[in-house]
Amino acid sequence: MHNKSLKELSHGLKNRDFSSVELTQEFLKRIKQHQDLNAYITVTEDLALQDALAADIRITNNQANPLTGIPVAQKDIFCTLNIKTSCGSKMLDNFKAPYNATVIEKFNLTGAVMLGKLNMDEFAMGSSNETSFYGAVKNPWNPNKVPGGSSGGSGAAVAARLAAYATGTDTGGSIRQPAALCGITGLKPTYGRVSRYGMIAYASSLDQGGPMTHSAEDAAIVLQTMAGFDPKDSTSVDISVPDYSATLNKPLTGLKIGLPKEFFSDELNADMAKKLTEAIDEYQKLGAEIKDISMPNLKLAIPAYYVIAPAECSANLSRFDGVRFGHRCANPVDLTDLYTRSRGEGFGKEVKRRILMGTYALSTGYYDAYYVKAQKIRRLISDDFKNALAEVDVIMGPVTPTPAFGIGEKMSDPVEMYLSDIYTIAINLAGLPAISIPAGFINDLPIGLQIIGNYFTEAQILNIAHQYQLITDWHKQTPKGFA
Amino acid sequence: MEWETVIGLEIHTQLATQSKIFSGASTAYGAEPNTQACAVDLGLPGVLPVLNEDAVRKAVIFGMAINAHIAPYSIFARKNYFYPDLPKGYQISQMDHPIVGRGHLDIEVDGITKRIGITRAHLEEDAGKSLHENFHGLTGIDLNRAGTPLLEIVSEPEMSSAKEAVAYMRKLHELVRYLGICDGNMQEGSFRCDANVSVRPKGQVEFGTRAEIKNINSFKFVEKAINHEIERQIELIENGGKVVQETRLYDSVKDETRSMRSKEEANDYRYFPDPDLLPVIIDEDFKAQIKANLPELPHAKKLRFKTDYQLDDESATILTSSRALSDYFESVVKTSGSEAKLCANWVTGDLSAALNKADLEIDQSPINDERLAGMLARITDNTISGKIAKQVFEELWQSSASADEIIAEKGLKQITDTGAIEAIIDKIIADNQDQVEQYRSGKDKVFAFFVGQVMKEMKGKANPAEVNKILKEKLQG
Repeated sequence: MHNKSLKELSHGLKNRDFSSVELTQEFLKRIKQHQDLNAYITVTEDLALQDALAADIRITNNQANPLTGIPVAQKDIFCTLNIKTSCGSKMLDNFKAPYNATVIEKFNLTGAVMLGKLNMDEFAMGSSNETSFYGAVKNPWNPNKVPGGSSGGSGAAVAARLAAYATGTDTGGSIRQPAALCGITGLKPTYGRVSRYGMIAYASSLDQGGPMTHSAEDAAIVLQTMAGFDPKDSTSVDISVPDYSATLNKPLTGLKIGLPKEFFSDELNADMAKKLTEAIDEYQKLGAEIKDISMPNLKLAIPAYYVIAPAECSANLSRFDGVRFGHRCANPVDLTDLYTRSRGEGFGKEVKRRILMGTYALSTGYYDAYYVKAQKIRRLISDDFKNALAEVDVIMGPVTPTPAFGIGEKMSDPVEMYLSDIYTIAINLAGLPAISIPAGFINDLPIGLQIIGNYFTEAQILNIAHQYQLITDWHKQTPKGFA
Repeated sequence: MEWETVIGLEIHTQLATQSKIFSGASTAYGAEPNTQACAVDLGLPGVLPVLNEDAVRKAVIFGMAINAHIAPYSIFARKNYFYPDLPKGYQISQMDHPIVGRGHLDIEVDGITKRIGITRAHLEEDAGKSLHENFHGLTGIDLNRAGTPLLEIVSEPEMSSAKEAVAYMRKLHELVRYLGICDGNMQEGSFRCDANVSVRPKGQVEFGTRAEIKNINSFKFVEKAINHEIERQIELIENGGKVVQETRLYDSVKDETRSMRSKEEANDYRYFPDPDLLPVIIDEDFKAQIKANLPELPHAKKLRFKTDYQLDDESATILTSSRALSDYFESVVKTSGSEAKLCANWVTGDLSAALNKADLEIDQSPINDERLAGMLARITDNTISGKIAKQVFEELWQSSASADEIIAEKGLKQITDTGAIEAIIDKIIADNQDQVEQYRSGKDKVFAFFVGQVMKEMKGKANPAEVNKILKEKLQG
């Protein structure tokens, strides 16, 4: 059952081939079997079975939606009522959210079954899942490799079939990069497409939740539930949500694909370049036209991102002060002691580094040189995309510079780690939607192809991804031992 | 050396919205601690602010009332600092693009009108409260106030005395209540003032170094705190010292200001645009709709009172000093059908005196507009005299009865029956022949004696006009 697509699972449930309780039990069993992956922070077994029972009743009453009764795992960044919501941090190790994120509410309403909460880099800051207070997550394709991050638990859980699908969040590549490194499909929607309410903020102007699934077809179904305007999120956009599954089979004849020369420079790993070229060849077979384009400001994306994201996070994480919730140091002698020790003990090294960088960038005397300048670069990058997307329908490129790297390999060099997101970060700065789909293997490790579209063209991106998945089977590969 | 003072005020007005500026929680004052703080006010992980349109509307109303530029595009920024009653570790405020730009307010001091520039007014959220009593050395945090909308109104440094500062503050206080955008309750902190004070030798162009005095929450204290600060600064400089830029706190018990923190200790607030909120776009339609519903402003109302009601400047000024008082007055005129002058005299005279004595505001008056109008109507139709009215007024203040009930119960209806008055007058003339002679020999003053005698005999209930008329006829023989 665990290898089935969401459509097949939904069909099987409606057909009474198996019940939601049986399906849930199967996934719970697999989670236990593969605990060593460390994909989950919290497994909500009892609740999952209750939800499954309720879903079975709903299915019996013919009130099922496409996701009713299908087990999902949520990134531990989404607040879940009365369930630990740690955000991968010691700071929130004791935090049970008193409310549900809008995304969680939407899954609950559709009758989804939540298996638990997934491991992640602390406060979504990281590209390898190694900054998590709960320890590194192993890549199911190779336990010595990272699954990527920050949604590393989501990537690993879906690849290892420890959930039918998962959610992730993407601030600089945190859905697409782990999807690529774990050989799954991960979609970062347009900024404003999915509500951020109840999604613990890292960098508010960049954060966006999205689906992490086995295929574009699955992603279309999951995004259908996640997307939509939320009056509780002022940055969510009030435009209608199309039927993402309806247009999956549109032919790609005449599709214009742009290949930025900055993505395919000599710096790109030769194996990676070869695999991507093969993938793009497939698109040509499907009738797409290829166009070389240039986006000169792409190279500025990483420095701009590492000013803007830390600046926002330095303020976003101020609320973790030991006063109302989260970690509080023992026996504080005064207010300063309460603040410094609670935060000093509660936050990990990478989080502290980014808070410090952000605080510095916003300080009097540096604000113009860093924050204001970074915002100007952000505008230039958006303009590059705007110009490019006026010429082509979508842009394609790599997701990561290399396949999954070794656990511990980059932890001592933050800049090296930051460069893992070199192909994904610009998309967040522009607020565009992009997907990562499996496009082959290098040394038995999966790699991803990135497809970037214009604002609110998720349906088109999913269609393009799905057409590729109809003629390839990279996305159907299962890591050894997880079949 | 002669010194001159430069004062600028920053006034925080709580906007009288039903719910908070970025959440749906109630803004009502005085609830049990932390019962009016929702997830957003508590700054829980994951929550997001949503702007309250009514707060924007009230800010725009204020901007229009001071003839200010209303920014078509304004943005919210985060002001970062740590404090236990600031849940998010930053306050959402406005920095570079405030909603209300430059405007002005005219004040009057010693009969001279002066125009005070208002630099800007911006929207922000209030913090909670730290409670230091009853916690055995610990601090309690009440977040009911957290997220209450504030409009911070920043004046130009254009006031040159404590008196002017108080006049400005009073004028602003009157204005925001007129506009209905703030309840003006200073005890509850709805209207709070920080004062920037500096001194410089008379004639010098550059400003002296300023000190900011925080949170002075009454008109009396503003005047005292500023005067104290002026003295302190002059004395310091004259003794060879230097004023340092700092924040000072006014201690009303000791009547002094003392240093809170120096410029060096001041926070670097690291303002930056709040990415959770979109820019506020105010279009012409929104402004037109507000303009159409703007209440009559004090100055315009004063002019109208002078022309429509033929009131003198003093009465018109007093009656338009608050919207509640002017509404009361206009209601009394309308309901009683009496002359406006009579109504104004009673409202600004006996009623105001009684309210002052009891330390009550007009909207707390034991005699509401309807009951006062009831009495004034009886003066106008000659049922009671002005003198008897004072007795009725006392009763109105003490009881809940209407003027008519009081007049009936106490038998205060004045006697207009000329026959009865004539009979009494005849008797008094007969009994006081000496005085009659005196009057007739030209001593006009004796007339008052006769009036007094008649009134005494009739227990004050005789119609004075009738008494005068009949008495004059009879005495002249």
